[in-house]
Amino acid sequence: MSDPMRIRAQAQPGGGAVVRVLMSHEMETGQRTGADGKVIAAWHITEVVAALNGKTVWSAQWGTAISKNPFTQFTLKSARPGDKVSVSWVDNRGDKRSDEAVIA
Amino acid sequence: MLQSRRDMLARSAAVGAMLAAAGVLPARAQAAWNKAAFEARSVDDVIKALGVAKPVESADVLLTAPDIAENGAVVPVSASCALPGLRKLVFMIDKNPTTLAAVFELGDAVEPSIGTRIKMAESSNVVAAALLADGRVLFAQKEVKVTLGGCGG
Repeated sequence: MSDPMRIRAQAQPGGGAVVRVLMSHEMETGQRTGADGKVIAAWHITEVVAALNGKTVWSAQWGTAISKNPFTQFTLKSARPGDKVSVSWVDNRGDKRSDEAVIA
Repeated sequence: MLQSRRDMLARSAAVGAMLAAAGVLPARAQAAWNKAAFEARSVDDVIKALGVAKPVESADVLLTAPDIAENGAVVPVSASCALPGLRKLVFMIDKNPTTLAAVFELGDAVEPSIGTRIKMAESSNVVAAALLADGRVLFAQKEVKVTLGGCGG
């Protein structure tokens, strides 16, 4: 199982919150060849969902061009300290991961 | 007349399969990963695979990306579009082996803006497209020079 995501959610004056997520994932493009000369198969996150207090706020489909250990930043329009932000991903091997953080 | 629970279940499954084939059942919460779009090798082909209108360049789409990326494996970019009715933000890298990096579908609870980090194989245009509810597709692009390519090929 991959390492936990780091989610930092900071409430802003005016009611919103900036959320920064750092996921732990190889995001292998499928373009590289290994030491043995064989192509290393593509291995990457394909779908991501972010939610605030259980309700989806955005979802995404990703390809191999997202960097390794993907970083995503977004801003919630209306959120309070104590609200829960959760982020989940699925990759092309069917692995998944879900983490949550509380807005500070 | 249903003979048994087994019969009823079999019939339900058959009816379900028929409805699914007819496209009547609600889709999964998320549509299947768009393989054709993610395998497309140019912005035009991505747009065709996404099945959306031809993009029009617009100052209403803001794209932030560095002029020069020292490391093509990690290029920070962000895009936003303040127009009402923004549905999706699409990030593409023209000269990548796979042009489409991501499609973000944004709901009303988030600001219409996303920051992410992309891989660039070589110096190229980065394109951010905004898909609006009324069907319009607007885009902004920026040339990013890459000193060390990031796709590993």
